[in-house]
Order: sequence, then structure tokens, then C-alpha cells
Amino acid sequence: MSSILKVKDLHVSVEETPILRGVDLEIKQGEIHALMGPNGSGKSTLAYALAGHPKYEITKGSIHIDDVDILELDPSGRARQGLFLAFQYPVTIPGVKVADFLRHAVSNIRNPERKEGEGLIPMREYRKELRSRMEELGMDPEFARRYLNEGFSGGEKKRMEILQLAMLQPRFALLDETDSGLDSDAVRVVSEGLNRLAGSEMGVLIITHHERLLEFNKPHFTHVMLGGRIVETGDAALAHELHANGYASVRERHPQAAQEQQQADQSKVENQEVPSGA
Amino acid sequence: MATETKTDLPIIGDYQYGFHDPTDQYVFRSRKGLDAEIVAEISEMKGEPGWMRDFRLNSLETFFARPMPEWGGDLSTIDFQDIYYYVRASDKQEKDWDDVPEDIRKTYDRLGIPEAEKKYLAGVKAQYESEVVYGSLEEDLAKQGVIFTDTDTALKEHPEIFREYFGTIIPPGDNKFAALNSAVWSGGSFIYVPPGINIDFPLQAYFRINSENMGQFERTLIVVDEGANVHYVEGCTAPTYSSESLHSAVVEIVVKRKGRCRYTTIQNWSNNVYNLVTKRAMAYGDALMEWVDGNLGSQITMKYPAIYLMEPGARGETLSIAFANRGQHQDAGAKMVHCAPKTSSRIISKSISKGGGRSSYRGLVKVAADAENCKSNVVCDALILDSDSRSDTYPYIEIDNDDVAIEHEASVSKIAEEQLFYLMSRGMSEAEASSMIVTGFIEPLVKELPMEYAVEMNRLIELQMEGSVG
Repeated sequence: MSSILKVKDLHVSVEETPILRGVDLEIKQGEIHALMGPNGSGKSTLAYALAGHPKYEITKGSIHIDDVDILELDPSGRARQGLFLAFQYPVTIPGVKVADFLRHAVSNIRNPERKEGEGLIPMREYRKELRSRMEELGMDPEFARRYLNEGFSGGEKKRMEILQLAMLQPRFALLDETDSGLDSDAVRVVSEGLNRLAGSEMGVLIITHHERLLEFNKPHFTHVMLGGRIVETGDAALAHELHANGYASVRERHPQAAQEQQQADQSKVENQEVPSGA
Repeated sequence: MATETKTDLPIIGDYQYGFHDPTDQYVFRSRKGLDAEIVAEISEMKGEPGWMRDFRLNSLETFFARPMPEWGGDLSTIDFQDIYYYVRASDKQEKDWDDVPEDIRKTYDRLGIPEAEKKYLAGVKAQYESEVVYGSLEEDLAKQGVIFTDTDTALKEHPEIFREYFGTIIPPGDNKFAALNSAVWSGGSFIYVPPGINIDFPLQAYFRINSENMGQFERTLIVVDEGANVHYVEGCTAPTYSSESLHSAVVEIVVKRKGRCRYTTIQNWSNNVYNLVTKRAMAYGDALMEWVDGNLGSQITMKYPAIYLMEPGARGETLSIAFANRGQHQDAGAKMVHCAPKTSSRIISKSISKGGGRSSYRGLVKVAADAENCKSNVVCDALILDSDSRSDTYPYIEIDNDDVAIEHEASVSKIAEEQLFYLMSRGMSEAEASSMIVTGFIEPLVKELPMEYAVEMNRLIELQMEGSVG
């Protein structure tokens, strides 16, 4: 049976400032959804809130995967339920080798009951799998021995996120601007990688400003966010249109959300807020 | 007996060596306290020559005359008259574990020493309380003239080489605790490696305190002759008691021309031990001296292994790892003294503070006026795991020469929420994620250790990290 990720009337605040104001979204395994919208509309907030970042406070609403209430779980528990976030800005973990990190991750995700210190997946089998996934993504096997994201270029970091996606095989993958800051070759590699991975077993939410990632991974649904809400949903044609014409027409069609968005942008400037994660 | 002592284990959940053996079968124990009579008694018990008795008594006067250090850890709670200075658990040193008294042997079994000996050590000394109770050295090394014995035996059997070096690297007047050790020293390792001899596997000494209110004062002397090479490893544990014990060792090392010595410490005393140790090496032309100093246990540690670079081409390196947990203060670091031109040194220090613990890096790089073309590189990184914990850095640099290259880098970081979140979003539990970050933090040092010790170090760090969440 195909699983479903269900977000209902989700309200999220960051440091007491409301960012999401009632998001409804349903993603089934096998579906590709694009999430678009101007800067500050709440796209990344939705991704972080789904993954369970402690800074993002859920003030109202619910998130379920099938019957499991995700809000009851910490980020680790959510990952073990098959939720995956590809980070826009993956962090560096000095001294932790990619191969060791991924072996722990894979062991936890495939054996969700695993406790700290319990057995890891067998080395031989794991190595073989890691090597072939890396090969598919055109990665140098040396990468496995490097420290996680330390000294990685922007493209290498994004590729590392896709490698993790490939190894962890989540039921639901959220890609937060995975195509930003990449040259066209890197976008192609990432897009092809995702295309290969996203089959009938994976529901995908692609957050993007650009269209290129969507060319390789044609969305079944396109959502537009404005002022912390999804204001429109369409198909791949909507993504194309937004990319070509920008968000002016969306603002016209949804004046209230546009106004809220403007107010949020303004207060951000007044508070001198620096975008987080950069 | 092992089964009875298990009841002591729950006192500190994290520490698995907190058990102790019964003490009623002991051969000898001096009365509590410290005075000339006790010092003379120790010397007499050991059947020492007159010069050593006088050395001890003079050192005792120095000890009493010196004030307590007012820097570093808080030592005000040490009551020197409430300590047993000499405790002898068995009447002789054995060459076969089967001959070691049963309780003591079981203790070392639990610590895994005989097993390690079989697998990867070239020689072992086991010191229990004040005396070495077991000793071994591979036969072919002995045939090549390598000496690995306890320091008391060395005084009797190798008096010339003993007198040539003993107390010359660290004289009793060096500091209050060196004076104390010089007065009441007992046990420790004596190593002599003849010219050109390369010892492939480590020699290990294992120090165990068993009694309450015990003072352990081993004295180690290592002489590495020209072109020779040795790796010496020491480990230490003690039972968990409510009152404090004192460990105050002196370690003197000479590395002659082109010799190499690596001295690795994995200090894991229980949290009621004051660990106040003086360690110093002199490295001559083109020699290499390395201290690998892991401090995980004890209540207070004050220890700054020193290397005096005596002739051109001498190199010194200290890798220091300190982990201060609840109730602990690790005041650790290194000293590098460039006495000759073209000498180089490197200090890498990694400290971790957790659960209200405090770790301090205290280091000195000194370059003499005529020591030109010296290089020194100091890197100290501190990781603080929570807001209750503390980290300090006290780097001292004394340069009397313009023609030197000195680099110093220091960083302090907190475990970032973003790092934890990233790892947790990949299925790591919070504890596993913290532990992974800490293991990664010390990885650049741990990878320098031989495999067995790297595994041991990582295991000890993981134990320290257990129960850190919730």
C-alpha cells in the first residue's frame, strides 16, 4: 500500500514570529511535487518543520505519515519513519568520515528499532552498496574517506546529500533548493540522480527557484507559497509559467497573502534579520 | 572478590573501574600521614642505600618548605596527613600472572591487561598500590640488553645508570609535588634501550590504586640510547571512594642522538583522585620525543609534559586530549623548551568539557637566546558540550630570539544545534549524534595512536558520553 504524507493546517513560528499560517499538503509515494514561491514565503520553513528542527515551533496543525503522528517524534524518529531532508546548506562535521557517518545512518534507518551501540549493517555488504551508489553519482570513491562536508565545494555538498538520499531510500524526500549555487553540470548530475532514485516508492517535494531540476523531474503537482500559505496548486505548466513570468500575477490573484508577505518582509528588514543557515 | 565488589559499581554510573578489592591481606601499610619517620621507614623497608634515604629526607624538607601552587586546580582540600604513603599488597613481584595473589590478578583480568599482553605488547609492568606486582619482558629484548624493570629493582641492579640520570631531569626542587614524589616514591618503570635497538611493540605499565586515602607515587625513568626506539604506554584506574586519593608521579626521560621515544598515557582515574604529575624529557641531536597524553579521569589533573630540545635537530611533539566531565577539572597542556638552534616542536591539544566539567589548556613555548632557526606550532581546540561547562586557554610564549617561526592557533566551539540536527535528521539519536561529533573532534589525535589504543580511547570517550542526554 502506498504511504501518504499529510500536512494539515500547519502553523509554524520561529522565535515567536509566525512564518507558516495554515499549510495543507498531501504527498503520496511516487508523486513529485514542486514547491515554489518568492523568498521568505515559508518554503524552507515548511521543510525544516517537517524534519523537526527544534527552532521551528508548531503552533497549530498536524503532520502524519499514514497513521503516525510525526509531531510526536524527534528528527531521528522522523528520519526512521522514512522522511528525508536534503539540506540547502549541509553542515560540516569535522573528523567524522563520510563512510562511518553513512553506515550509522543506514543502520538506523533500515533498523528503526536500533539503539545506540547496537550492531551496524555488515561492512562488506555496506561497502559494496556505497561504492556502487557513488559510482552512479559519478563520485570519487575517495569521498567516503573524507570528513563529512569538510572542504567540500558547493556542488560536492549537494552531491553528498543526493548520495545520502540514495543510500537511505526514504519514503518521502524534501529537497531544499538542492539546485541552488550549482553550475549546470552539477545540476544535471543531481537531477539525473534524483530522477533515478525517485520511483514509485518515493514521494518527493522539490523546493526550488529554478526550473532546471524540474525539467528532469517533471512534477505531478506545483504549489505556490505566499505569505506562509500554499495559495495555488497546479501541474507542471504552473511551474513553467512562474518561472517565465515571476510571481506578480500570483500576488494579484491573492492580495491578502501578498500583503502578509510584504509585512513579513518589512519586519524582517526592521529586525535586521540575517537569513539563517547561510 | 570480584563478586563482592560489584556493589561499588553504581556509585558513578559512567565509570566501570570503580570496584575495589579487600585490603586485609596486605603485607604492609605505613601509618597515615607524612613525616621524616615515615620516609625513613619506606627507605628501610626497601633496603635502600644511604644516599637514597638522604635524598628522600632532603626532598621531604623541600616539600614542606614549598607553598602550595595557587594556580591551576583547587588543591586546598588535600590533607597530606590523611593519606597512606606506602602500601604494599603482596610481598614480591611475579613473572607469571598465576603467581600474583588472586584478588589482584582478577583485577588485572577485569582491566584486560593479561589479554593485551598476549596480543600486542612486548612487556608489561603492573603496579598495584605502591609496588609492582607483575613484570614481563620479551626474552629476545632482554638478550639485546633492553632493561624494563620497576624502578626499585633498577636502583639495586643497575646502580650506575640509575644514579647517572635519576633526579637530574626533574630535581626535587622543581616543584612541590616533584619534591613529594622524591621523598616517598615507590615503584614505577625503569627502561633502558641500548644504542640502535628498535622495540617494535609497546611496553606497557598499568597503575592501579586500590585502597581508600591512598597515595601512589611511582617514579619512572626512561633512557633511550643513540638511534634506539621505544613506545611506552601507561594506563591508570582506581576505585570510586568518597574520600580522595593522591597520585603524584615523576617521569624522567632522556632520548639520546637520533633516538625516538613515544610515551602514551591513557589516564582514567576515578573521580576522587588528585592527579598531579611532573613529566619531562630531554631530547638530544636529531632525536624525537613524543608525548601522547589522554586525560579522561581524576578529580583534578595538573600535568604539562615537557620536552627540552637540547641539541640541533631535536624534535618534540605533544598530543593532548582532555575530557572534563561532571566534577572534574583537567588542567593539562605541554611545555616545549628550545635550548638549541634548529629544533622544532608541535603541540596539539583537544579538550572537551561536559556536564559542568572544566578543562584548561596551559602551555609554554620557550626559545633560548642562542636557539636560532627554531620552529614551533601550537594548536589548541576546545569543545564545550553544554552551558554548565567551561574551557580556558593559558598559552605562554617566551622568545628570547628573533629568528624563530612560532604559530599559535586556538579555537573554542560549542556543539552546534545545526550539527546535532543534521545528524539526527539522518536517523542518529541525540546521544549518538553528540558522541559522533565528539569522536570526530578528537579524531585527528586518535588516528595517531596504535590501533588498540585508538579503540580504547574511543571507547572511553563513548563511556563519558553515555547518559549525556535527558
